[in-house]
Amino acid sequence: MKPVPLIFEISKQGRTGYSLPALDVPEAEDAIPEGMRRGDSPELPEVAEVDAVSHFTNLSNLNHGLDSGFYPLGSCTMKYNPKVDEDVAGLPGFTEGHPYQPESLSQGNLRLMYEMGKFLAEISGMDAVTLQPAAGAHGEFTGMSIIRAYHESRGNKKTKVIVPDSAHGTNPATSAMCGYKVVEVKSDDRGGVDIEKLREVLDDEVAAIMLTNPNTLGLFDENIEKITEMVHEAGGLCYYDGANLNGTMGMARPGDMGFDVVHINLHKTFSTPHGGGGPGSGPVGVKKQLAGFLPVPVVDYDGEKYYFNYDLPDTIGKVRSFYGNFGIAVRAYAYILSNGPDGLKKVCENAVLNANYLMENLKDLYYLPYDRPCKHEFVISGKLQNQQNGVKTMDIAKRLLDFGIHPPTVYFPLIVDEALMIEPTETESKETLDTFIAVMRQIAEEAGHDPELVKSAPHNTPVGRMDEAKAARHPVLKYEGQR
Amino acid sequence: MDYIPNTDGDREEMFSSVGVTSADSLFSDIPDDVRLKGRLDLPEAMSELEIKKHMAKLAGSNAEAEHYTYFIGGGVYDHYIPSAVAHITGLPEFYTAYTPYQPEVSQGTLQSIFEYQTMICSLTGMDVSNASMYDGASAMAEAGIMAAKIKSKGRLLVSRSVHPEYRRVLKTYTAGIGVEITEVDIEGGTTDMDDLKLKIKDGDALIVQNPDFFGCLEDMEAISSIVHEAGGLFIVVADPISLGVLKAPGEYGADIVCGEGQALGSPMNFGGPHLGFLATREKYMRQMPGRIVGQTEDDRGNTGYVLTLQTREQHIRRNKATSNICSNQALCALAATVYLSLMGKKGIAEVGEQCLAKSHYLAKRLEKAGFGLAFDRPFFKEFVIRTDMDVSRAIEQLAEQKMIAGIDLSRFYPEFAGCMMIAVTEKRTKQEMDELAAGLEGLR
Repeated sequence: MKPVPLIFEISKQGRTGYSLPALDVPEAEDAIPEGMRRGDSPELPEVAEVDAVSHFTNLSNLNHGLDSGFYPLGSCTMKYNPKVDEDVAGLPGFTEGHPYQPESLSQGNLRLMYEMGKFLAEISGMDAVTLQPAAGAHGEFTGMSIIRAYHESRGNKKTKVIVPDSAHGTNPATSAMCGYKVVEVKSDDRGGVDIEKLREVLDDEVAAIMLTNPNTLGLFDENIEKITEMVHEAGGLCYYDGANLNGTMGMARPGDMGFDVVHINLHKTFSTPHGGGGPGSGPVGVKKQLAGFLPVPVVDYDGEKYYFNYDLPDTIGKVRSFYGNFGIAVRAYAYILSNGPDGLKKVCENAVLNANYLMENLKDLYYLPYDRPCKHEFVISGKLQNQQNGVKTMDIAKRLLDFGIHPPTVYFPLIVDEALMIEPTETESKETLDTFIAVMRQIAEEAGHDPELVKSAPHNTPVGRMDEAKAARHPVLKYEGQR
Repeated sequence: MDYIPNTDGDREEMFSSVGVTSADSLFSDIPDDVRLKGRLDLPEAMSELEIKKHMAKLAGSNAEAEHYTYFIGGGVYDHYIPSAVAHITGLPEFYTAYTPYQPEVSQGTLQSIFEYQTMICSLTGMDVSNASMYDGASAMAEAGIMAAKIKSKGRLLVSRSVHPEYRRVLKTYTAGIGVEITEVDIEGGTTDMDDLKLKIKDGDALIVQNPDFFGCLEDMEAISSIVHEAGGLFIVVADPISLGVLKAPGEYGADIVCGEGQALGSPMNFGGPHLGFLATREKYMRQMPGRIVGQTEDDRGNTGYVLTLQTREQHIRRNKATSNICSNQALCALAATVYLSLMGKKGIAEVGEQCLAKSHYLAKRLEKAGFGLAFDRPFFKEFVIRTDMDVSRAIEQLAEQKMIAGIDLSRFYPEFAGCMMIAVTEKRTKQEMDELAAGLEGLR
């Protein structure tokens, strides 16, 4: 495939791609002092509409999207994004409203936010929900800020947060952003939190434990109630990283496991498009005793009308302007209504079945560090291929690209060598899974007989392996040419 | 309706392959005590048609810019979005992809972000930009934390003319890490220079918004001198649309420029999704939070793009990362890139001039009608008038005439009771502005 030149390289002086009505009032060029004016217009490209459309369409063709093919990227829940959700989210009533317009003229939006909060509270077993966080990591920050404010309000802000060694990197980063020291606790040989190790680090200075469940190995922690009980006994709170909610939805709820705070990724479990890296949405649910600490505003209903309630005396304040990524909540709301209570449970059952089916059919050729039923995802390792033939997990990932399959998450979690974290989701058919199995088996075979073929992959992609070291050593972060 | 392709037959085959008889046995690791016994208490499933009807009903009960005329701003604006923008962001290879972890099959996203970074640098006069952040407020908070880390003393000054919600987000972001926030007073609609000189100490970082929350233009050259003489860092919150007309912050010495990018091709969306931008000088590149795309080449000699400088980030640095952020608002950044490509060098200036001309026409028209400007400062597209009305009530009444007139300023600044803040974009016509003026006159 031909490389696409930068939009700046196809720019030609005098071309434009827009039209505006003629100015129907007097010009106001002297309205601002000359010293505040810009000399030259910003260096932006000059292209016709057709040039721009063709440029970006050509760029899109260099991407692998979910609609292009299988995307088993572990912990990212790349499930199919229903088209009807896009249609309804595009209604002008949702897209063309202003956040500060009168509440009396925003009742549909407010009702949707109110009901969405109730739905998520029911699904997670929590009492109150905010939709304000714009992403999962943003939800973590919100949740941990709530925990911090709660402890401070009780006169002991505490200093430590416990994070298992299998955690997402965001968990320790979030704890640090909230001013906490991170204490890591090891996993046991079943892949769960090591209860004895946990006991050793629990003391009065522990503000919370941040736990991902099912964890990043795709395993449900069998001691979950014990863990929350122990942390509570030590005076800490329990934070549930709900990134992996697809593996338990409708079957078990964080609130029933003893968790006090949970964040939910609407772009994962509730199928809103990932957009190439965002926008997402990371609502946070809390138990009753923390509801007063939520960011403002929350949406309330007085029996006649929905309204924004800013009157939360203990609130942490705001984590984002306005009310969060409302447009993403619209899509997720439509998704929940499409599925209904039985549908959401079926989503979970099928996601888990698909993952176990893949695991079962790959574990003879790839090393499986924890051999027990997984939830929505599982982790295998390329360490046999690496030991026997020098074929690394990265090579296996790149070889998958040649078959039109997006690779799984690689080298994560950190506690598994040469990790491949695979999450098929419920929206893939048995045929797709069988193809993936066949390709993975073929690659294992190739690693044995023709390792160079795998090591030099990919062969069929628009570009080859990138020199990432060069990019970091000599950063080129914008177009500098032709100036 | 569900989106699950497998049939009961498929599932039977898969159960037997896995060695179980039902889905239930795959959940035996969940302790019985915490298994959900009943059904979730949620509305029953709807068909696609029912969803459409239900959502249309909800959407239909909101005011929106197709049936109302919007004069409301305060950080989100009703700018025109060329049709081509949504067609591009609606291409499934863009909107159904994720973070470009595998550059070989993500060059579309990566290159468009590289182009975005270039355009943000052009607008702001900065050397480097990240790939975008959640919104203007969180971008400003991250900029504040970044500056506090660069200047180890870590005190932040922020003008009270900065968006009140942004200041609130800044407070939340810094609550746990011991960064001291000091607010600088306002005088006549802009930063009080005397108060600034009084409060600024050696090595402080200062945050100023331009145009400020009230729409007024600050004396950025003078402020920049004060900050830099004190050995501090100057953080500027900018409206990117204004930068077709106003001096680039880089020209007057900004060290970090951030802001809300909604005006660049994203609908108002009742407050989100939008995007925050953040750009800085080259020397602070490695302290910058967020994803960054860099140019490099592949093993075949082709130019290509990758996520770079990742050693700043959470997946590598964990608790030592510059931020916990691990995504950007890629699709909104793409919209901004397409928007800026279509508008180009000429269009971005024309939009700016139209905002300027139209807002000044309306301000004069209202002044003639006896609604004086609250502040005697130059402005770009937004301004504040004084009235003797209950402004919130006036806004409700004007809405009956299909106009969303503005913001009751007392909602954020109790001292400005009776003040209404009005925004005028290039979309407004002379007739619409005359109607607003007549509407306001009619309420007296």
